[in-house]
Amino acid sequence: MTRAHFDPRTLHRHRAAGIWSTLFLGAIIIAIVALGALLYDIVDESFGLVAIENRIDPASLARDGMPLETLDKAQLVEILTGHISAGLLRRLENDLPFEERDRANVYALVLERVVEPKIVKTWSLTDSLTNRAAIEAEVLAEYPQARLEFHAWINSTFIQSPQSSSPEFAGVRTAILGSLWTIVITIAVAFPIGVGAAIYLEEYASDTLVNRVIQTNINNLAGVPSILYGMLGLAIFVRGLEPLTSGAWLGAGDPTTANGRTVLSAGLTLALLVLPLLIINAQEAIKAVPASLRQASYGLGATRWQTIWHHVLPNALPGILTGTILAISRAIGETAPLVVVGASAFVALDPSGPFSKFTTLPIQIYQWTTRPQDQYRNLAAAAILVLLVLLLSLNAAAILLRNRYRRQG
Amino acid sequence: MNFISPIFTHTQVQQCLVDTPAAAGNCAIETHDLTIYYGDFCAVRDINLHVELRKITAFIGPSGCGKSTVLRAFNRMNDLIPSARVEGAVLFGGQNIYAPTVDAVEVRRRVGMVFQKPNPFPKSIYENVAWGARINGYRGNLDELVERTLRHAALWDEVKDKLQQSALALSGGQQQRLCIARAIAIEPEIILMDEPASALDPIATLRIEELMRTLAQDYTIIVVTHNMQQAARVSDYTAFFMVDENRAGYMVEQGHTREIFTNPKDKRTEDYITGRFG
Ligand SMILES: Nc1ncnc2c1ncn2[C@@H]1O[C@H](COP(=O)(O)OP(=O)(O)OP(=O)(O)O)[C@@H](O)[C@H]1O
Ligand SMILES: [Mg+2]
Repeated sequence: MTRAHFDPRTLHRHRAAGIWSTLFLGAIIIAIVALGALLYDIVDESFGLVAIENRIDPASLARDGMPLETLDKAQLVEILTGHISAGLLRRLENDLPFEERDRANVYALVLERVVEPKIVKTWSLTDSLTNRAAIEAEVLAEYPQARLEFHAWINSTFIQSPQSSSPEFAGVRTAILGSLWTIVITIAVAFPIGVGAAIYLEEYASDTLVNRVIQTNINNLAGVPSILYGMLGLAIFVRGLEPLTSGAWLGAGDPTTANGRTVLSAGLTLALLVLPLLIINAQEAIKAVPASLRQASYGLGATRWQTIWHHVLPNALPGILTGTILAISRAIGETAPLVVVGASAFVALDPSGPFSKFTTLPIQIYQWTTRPQDQYRNLAAAAILVLLVLLLSLNAAAILLRNRYRRQG
Repeated sequence: MNFISPIFTHTQVQQCLVDTPAAAGNCAIETHDLTIYYGDFCAVRDINLHVELRKITAFIGPSGCGKSTVLRAFNRMNDLIPSARVEGAVLFGGQNIYAPTVDAVEVRRRVGMVFQKPNPFPKSIYENVAWGARINGYRGNLDELVERTLRHAALWDEVKDKLQQSALALSGGQQQRLCIARAIAIEPEIILMDEPASALDPIATLRIEELMRTLAQDYTIIVVTHNMQQAARVSDYTAFFMVDENRAGYMVEQGHTREIFTNPKDKRTEDYITGRFG
């Protein structure tokens, strides 16, 4: 072979490489910009100035020269009794007798029911920071009674409060708990079934037509629109298995919700939804376990199960957990199938177990975004932040677990 | 991993595999017309060889002539390859290990294997040695077993202070001796070694060879090697393999290593050993 067969110049090869690397850089910049815009949009709506009007000026509620904040419980109850209707009072007493409520609770009730602050207008964070003077002028002109205040829509009250019909007091606690319950059931059901199916397909199933059809179906199921899983869940879990999913079989059913539209149905439906994802990922992880390891194990007289349990699974676990992270991310953001399965529009009571009525964060967000008032848009943005934080912390937990196994391995 | 091995009760297995020495004199393993296919491809054909008890037998021959294939037939590792099919008989202690009543798991407990590339488990050194014993239902003291085995494998002094550390942190040569220790920990009767030193430097190789000589007092060893000096140095018996025009491997001759290397009966053996092959 002579030199003449090769082009000695490398410059144009370097130039091609340079063009490609610029393209890749461009791709990552576009991705980062898109992500940044998304975050900006959410944060922009989650904080900002609000104009608040009170129905009754708290200053007028002062007793004997003492401002409202310093009054004791008895005085607060007195104010409450004086200002709200007898019917509402009876309802509150029914929910929890006043003797059992502490001062903070009564104080909150006075604020909510008597002072009744109303957010009359909201501004985005950008507006609030750049246009303060104009906003102040506008408030003065249009809402002379209102005070202007900087409001973080995402705050501890927002996270701790249940759903409420007035946006000033609405929170996401029921939705967070609903999401957590659902995701726990989803993973508890989908993880063992998914890993089990993957083990069967990789380690036991022989290469027959039936097994190949099963494999192809699993691959295709991963791409089925989620709403179809909702219909499936509705047919199987909500209707077909109603005695089970409503808890009637176990005698645990809540009589007010004794139909199948429960946390359990939602969790099972989402489990079906993420199952293909989990199986495919677990299969890949199992495939990636080196053959030399299996040979070493079999060579020592291990049975198939001993090999799987002691070597294949521990070494595949990081990969399986990666699949689980994907499954959690997918399940926690799902809305459509849960609407079909019957997530409730308005739940003010915390879900107390698998047989409760439920709502989840994405459903809550969806409902808030459909309301016409400005305040709900801000609430939705704050709830999206909560959802993101919840998602990231669940994933962080899974990643920590995975890293622990990596290090051991 | 698509092979479904037949499952038998323990008692049945014990009926099948009789103790080696009593049943077969000085012969550890014998094959009768052993022919192995991968799918339609015949990898080796009509192998008739026998392996002496507590001696080292070397398999030599050009690449692709089926040495590893034959070796894997001795502990039914070929079962793990879905396309592999075995015909003929492999007699271990007078019993055909391919008889339908024999459990491959039992065979592999009694015929251990060391692979070309060191493949310790990604676990601690201790666990690497103890694991095989534990899963095979060892009833004695594991700590003692680990120490005894590592001493036997001439590795104890190097690792006694770091038994709980990962085996992957050992050097290649140490890893390979650990794999040998792991194999002898379950007290097999035969140890199969497929080019055990080919990934090692000359000094580590010598240590493995020394170790093989020590082990040969208690075990039957079959070793595949491409290194003629190694075969000459370490083995008592040698079997020479070739490929025919259909790429099927066959055994040309076997005998005392001294005979094979100094006075081979077959011209092809002489050519191969003196480097005139091909
Ligand atoms: N898993 C397998 N599937 C299909 N064919 C195989 C498989 N393993 C080996 N073979 C074929 O069988 C023949 C013998 O292979 P084998 O590995 O036994 O040779 P070898 O003598 O050990 O070679 P080397 O000295 O290079 O290790 C070769 O032609 C090889 O291509
Ligand atoms: Mg080989």
